[in-house]
Amino acid sequence: MSNTRLIARLDIKGPNLIKGIHLEGLRVIGDPNESALKYYQQGIDELIYMDCVASLYNRNHLSDIIKSAAKDIFVPITIGGGIRSIDDVNDILRSGADKIAINTAAVKNPALITEVARRYGSQCMVLSVEAKKVSEEYWEVYTDNGREKTGLEVVDWVKKCVKLGAGELLITSVDMEGTRKGFDNSLIKAVSNEVSVPIIASGGMGKTQDLIDVVKVAGADAVAMADILHYKRIALAEIRKDAINAGLGVRQIENF
Amino acid sequence: MKTSKVVIINYNAGNLLSVQRAFEYCGVKAELTSDHKKILSASKVVLPGVGAFGAAMGELKNSGLDDVIKEIDFKKIPLLGICLGMQLLMQQSEEFGNHNGLGLIQGKVIPIPPLLNGKKVKIPHIGWNILNKSKKLQDKDFSILDSVRDKDFFYFVHSYMVELDNLKNLLATADYGGHKITSMLKKDSIIGCQFHPEKSGEVGLKIINNFINSKG
Repeated sequence: MSNTRLIARLDIKGPNLIKGIHLEGLRVIGDPNESALKYYQQGIDELIYMDCVASLYNRNHLSDIIKSAAKDIFVPITIGGGIRSIDDVNDILRSGADKIAINTAAVKNPALITEVARRYGSQCMVLSVEAKKVSEEYWEVYTDNGREKTGLEVVDWVKKCVKLGAGELLITSVDMEGTRKGFDNSLIKAVSNEVSVPIIASGGMGKTQDLIDVVKVAGADAVAMADILHYKRIALAEIRKDAINAGLGVRQIENF
Repeated sequence: MKTSKVVIINYNAGNLLSVQRAFEYCGVKAELTSDHKKILSASKVVLPGVGAFGAAMGELKNSGLDDVIKEIDFKKIPLLGICLGMQLLMQQSEEFGNHNGLGLIQGKVIPIPPLLNGKKVKIPHIGWNILNKSKKLQDKDFSILDSVRDKDFFYFVHSYMVELDNLKNLLATADYGGHKITSMLKKDSIIGCQFHPEKSGEVGLKIINNFINSKG
């Protein structure tokens, strides 16, 4: 299998990098590209930018942020939040993004998934899922940053979307997000048992052991990290070293 | 800025900005263009590519760029094919039906088999991997990998892989779930990378630098 990817997730509101708990109660952290460049220099494997309020206000700020990031950041960049149409996708890829992540628009119009996959390849089409636990082994899909219920069950939904052309899944546990209590391993496991595309686990990383568990126990292919990096709770190099020591395959970097 | 004139062939294929920015970062202004004359008068040409093989070949044919690329090969202008841009150099691809490629290198493009010895292999192959240099070639063939170390990682993202007819065209492979993925190929003045040097951090930029500084 692929080496586990360590991804920094940057939630954006307007021009700011922010961080919430359960995707709400947002706190401003600073300039997103300052953080992005720092993480790149420290050896991050990928970056995900999520425009948190884009789907609420029907607008997109990200193009300018991405264009500026693409000047000196040379790792893959995924953009999500407020993408509604194939034209939005085109604009974002032209701004220097490699992949797009859609959630709300996929729920409203699943055909968009196929359209993106056909035109740009399924490797470009990341399905973003905000999952809330309803009962044991049952999670519901939410949109608009965990605010809107959809009535869809997570595992059925992702299976359908993979058939439609989603090439990667970003699974965010709304329950664990911002809590630092670890990923929702049973959620990730329920998904990884049913699909064969790569899965990015998001929401809840508090320590390196959480990463190790979600990969080894739940079958995640990548982890999205936010406040553990933003609040400098553990250095990226430390996380990488501990992951290697625990036997995970991760990219090794000598120069950083 | 260095004097080397680099052009990136523009045929509406995904994220071209990052390729351009990577060359700029290495000190070379690389123009994105589909202008035949500009491409043929360049000292280095890059064929990028993200997306589906058939659609990309269609774009190249409709704009006459397929013949331009063949002429680049004939004139021995150094050409760097990246990801789909490398796959397009092959004779044919099985991606969504059979499609003819540019045919500059013998061999074909096939799906990465999703099973190997009964074990599931995740498709697409997304992630960082090291290169295993072919032992069949001589040191001088590896100038594109100058100052790259054996344990440097590169970023891959693809669902199809190249099967070469002739192993003398093979520069390096990567191991993915037991599959030997053709990761770099070489023929005359052509270099192909399955991974994205423009997305592989500092070591990827070394490859771009080596391409800029290559003779041709």
